[in-house]
Amino acid sequence: MRESRLWFLFVLAGACMIVLLGAHLFVMHLETFMGYLGITIHEPLAYAEVMARAKSVSWLVIYMALLILALYHGLYGVRSVLLETINMKHHSTVTAVIVIVGLIAAVFGSYIVIQSYMMGGL
Amino acid sequence: MRYNNRLGAKGWVIGGNYSIERYLYILHRVSGLALIFYLMCHLILTSFRIAGAPTWEAAMAFVSGPFFKVGEFLVMCAGVYHAINGLRLIIIELGYCIGKPERQEYPYTPSIKKQRPLMYLLMLVVAALVAVSVVDFFIM
Ligand code: HEM
Repeated sequence: MRESRLWFLFVLAGACMIVLLGAHLFVMHLETFMGYLGITIHEPLAYAEVMARAKSVSWLVIYMALLILALYHGLYGVRSVLLETINMKHHSTVTAVIVIVGLIAAVFGSYIVIQSYMMGGL
Repeated sequence: MRYNNRLGAKGWVIGGNYSIERYLYILHRVSGLALIFYLMCHLILTSFRIAGAPTWEAAMAFVSGPFFKVGEFLVMCAGVYHAINGLRLIIIELGYCIGKPERQEYPYTPSIKKQRPLMYLLMLVVAALVAVSVVDFFIM
């Protein structure tokens, strides 16, 4: 794919994450604040709560989307930073390493998200 | 031969143009790199959920305490700043809030100046969200 298109996808991923990452951060860290907004959250990190979210289809979709978007956006960003700083002759090596790291992390992350969805609220 | 105009990593700080936006750029880059590093650690740590409750509790106990609390708060700040400043970059990269192309008349107003109101507005949003986080993390 053309570089400009890859870049556009990177920016698009960033735009989508404003909502998704925003939701994730608010739910996990700002319980008191969310309480004032009328959304009650108890101990978001207790095992029962973690697994209760894991078995909900909407969280499954959110986590999968966040995983892919954040990995793509974050690793593309790391690649831009590296390409700016290192010698041109290493560019394709950097891209290859970034793609491999991304694929491993994406497979590992999806396995965890789907596996805990199937364990369903244990 | 290509002209080598790369200053390398030091160009991030000594590249000239020391306006506020330059510092915002350095912060954006640092927060982005911090977030992707955090994401990798986060994927590993949260994967312990599939090993059952005791393993999960042990993993959570490992990251409790003031050191990790402050670390988590910094991740929150990095996320808030990177998201909101990223929104600003997206808006101006798409050509909004930087004025229309026009004939250059003295005194010139560069587009960087024209985006300042947006920049101040969004930085206020960052400050407000960081303030809410301070209260929620450390006071409530
Ligand atoms: C929450 C919503 C987010 C938005 C709106 C956003 C937006 C942006 C934008 C607009 C850029 C610069 C694009 C450019 O000018 O070429 C960028 C760079 C970057 N972002 Fe994000 N981002 C978000 C989340 C994240 C996350 C979660 C990570 C890490 C996993 C991340 C990592 C990076 C990195 C490493 C860079 C490259 C920094 C650089 O080139 O200086 N971003 N982001």
